[in-house]
Amino acid sequence: MPPEVSGYSFPNDIHIMWSLMIVMYPYITGLVAGAFIVSSLYHVFGRQELRPVSRLSMVASLAFLLVATLPLLVHLGHPERALNIVITPHFTSAMAAFGLIYTLYMILLLFEVWLVYRREIIGLAARGRGLKRFVFALLALGVYDTSEEAHRIDRRTITVLASIGIPAACILHGYVGFMFGSVKANYWWSTPLMPIIFLFSAVMSGMAVIIILYQALMRLSGESIDGDCVQSLAQWLWLFTILTVSIELLEIITLAYEKNEEWLVIAPLLGSKLAFSFIGVQLVFGSLIPILLLGIVVLMRPFLTDPLRNTISFIASLILLIQVFAMRWNVVIGGQIFSKSMRGFRESYVPGLFEKEGIAVAVAIFLIPFIFLAVFNRILPLHEDGSGAAASVNE
Amino acid sequence: MNEEVEAGKPTRREFFVRAAQGVAGVAVVVALGKRTLVFAQTASQEGVSSQDAPVYRPEDHRYVYLIDITKCIGCGACVRACELENSVPKNFFRTWVERYEVSPSGHANVDSPNGGRNGFAPLVTDEEIAKAFFVPKLCNHCTLTPCVQLCPVGASYRSPDGVVLVDEKRCIGCSYCVQACPYGSRFIHPETHTASKCTLCYHRITKGMSTACVQACPVGARQFGDTRKLHDKVSEIIATSQVFVLKPELMTEPNCYYLGSSKEVR
Repeated sequence: MPPEVSGYSFPNDIHIMWSLMIVMYPYITGLVAGAFIVSSLYHVFGRQELRPVSRLSMVASLAFLLVATLPLLVHLGHPERALNIVITPHFTSAMAAFGLIYTLYMILLLFEVWLVYRREIIGLAARGRGLKRFVFALLALGVYDTSEEAHRIDRRTITVLASIGIPAACILHGYVGFMFGSVKANYWWSTPLMPIIFLFSAVMSGMAVIIILYQALMRLSGESIDGDCVQSLAQWLWLFTILTVSIELLEIITLAYEKNEEWLVIAPLLGSKLAFSFIGVQLVFGSLIPILLLGIVVLMRPFLTDPLRNTISFIASLILLIQVFAMRWNVVIGGQIFSKSMRGFRESYVPGLFEKEGIAVAVAIFLIPFIFLAVFNRILPLHEDGSGAAASVNE
Repeated sequence: MNEEVEAGKPTRREFFVRAAQGVAGVAVVVALGKRTLVFAQTASQEGVSSQDAPVYRPEDHRYVYLIDITKCIGCGACVRACELENSVPKNFFRTWVERYEVSPSGHANVDSPNGGRNGFAPLVTDEEIAKAFFVPKLCNHCTLTPCVQLCPVGASYRSPDGVVLVDEKRCIGCSYCVQACPYGSRFIHPETHTASKCTLCYHRITKGMSTACVQACPVGARQFGDTRKLHDKVSEIIATSQVFVLKPELMTEPNCYYLGSSKEVR
């Protein structure tokens, strides 16, 4: 059944080709890049107050990276040919670089996680019995040197890897923005600002998810939340939220002021078709409220207790995760609601609950990283000083 | 052990010798076969193929398409012909016809019911109409086409004769090209799940025939030419007349030209 169209759309333009899955893809890669930036703040920039989340953020980045390709696979018309992107890449396509960037980043991240957990792995291999011993001995890769010297080398390597990881994470996500920003046929996507907007909002979503994960992890393992750590994250998050929202607004304001051809479609898009998800969710609910909440946390620190600030940061982070999702939605779906005839709009796209690229599949994919983190935490502690999780393993 | 060998059964030594001979024999046959194949290919490249049919060389052609807006009557015969010729799926279009009705104040009312497949019913409107015309659309087979540029696997390609095609066996169905086409001429085929579009009836033009839409047009509004053919009528019109292309600002260099276009056409 063809969707309802107002105005005139090119007849092939009424279909939404990039569905909820393509909204999920930049959302998840954004979390990958953002979580990694948090871990780099500690490993490279020496923000000691972020030590409690340094491991969590690194493993979270890996957890999201593991599922980053799933939405794409679900979306592809021929998922069995997906590896063609790697085997026969067509290098004038931004998408062809995906395999390369993804693989390099995966190797880097796996290596870094391994170095961070090397001591624990060796310990588990030494204490374990049977299969457990075998698995951890395998994970130790035959290196059992736990001397102070070896540890020092590990730490230096981690710093180097994390330093390489920063541009790698930026490229991984900047490239996602480029994929949209370089489509000159689409006036809602085509802007050199697109990779930058994607990157900044990625950092924002990564920080938000770490604030949430850290507090949840501490609650679940019955440990106390490090107020300074959350405070620092909240400060960074506040800064990045202000930067992201400013760039997002500047883009719209410039378009509105210039009133070029693109404004023909963007004005009605923002005014009616995306009014709820853009103005309502992305700007007012998703940006204004968290900026105010985080502003309170940052500026009124002496007057608020630790638990109160933690809770406010938690709520602001949750809202920001919704904001970033709304931003991805508004870009991906918004860009397909208008026709390239510049005269027509189709009715809003609502994904089905159980269809192939529907809500249930999206939720399932999004839950996998959290399950991965929970399982990971049972084996190797996500929290360095974690007496809870670590003790249960080390008993 | 040798004494135990039964009559007629080869010894181990004999077995290996025979096996080696067999392998060598197969290799010789394969090599000879390949040689014959090479000869056959060279022969066919020189135009002496078995059926004596003329061999199609893409490099010898550079196709162009010309649409005369002033001639189109909006009958939709081209859309129906395309649909029949190329088994175009329902609700998708390799070509379509748009109707423009412009009021004296300059407001354009555009429609294309079912791609103009069944022609157009008279529009009942209170608005005065200053001008009206039909605009057939199809893939512009752009020289600098973004759809080919950003295909991640090279399934979309531009043939040396200037036709933009999709390799159905390579296409992964990512829809990136559909997003990239400024003219809305691509779609994902609901059955093959690969990108689909106007092929300029490649199966016909490579046999020296015209496209289905050009053949079906009763008024000659659609014309098809080859700039590498001497004294090609269509190429001469394009070279000497005031022709327009769609969305020239995107610098895609379309090879589909329009005569008698108007500013409302996008």
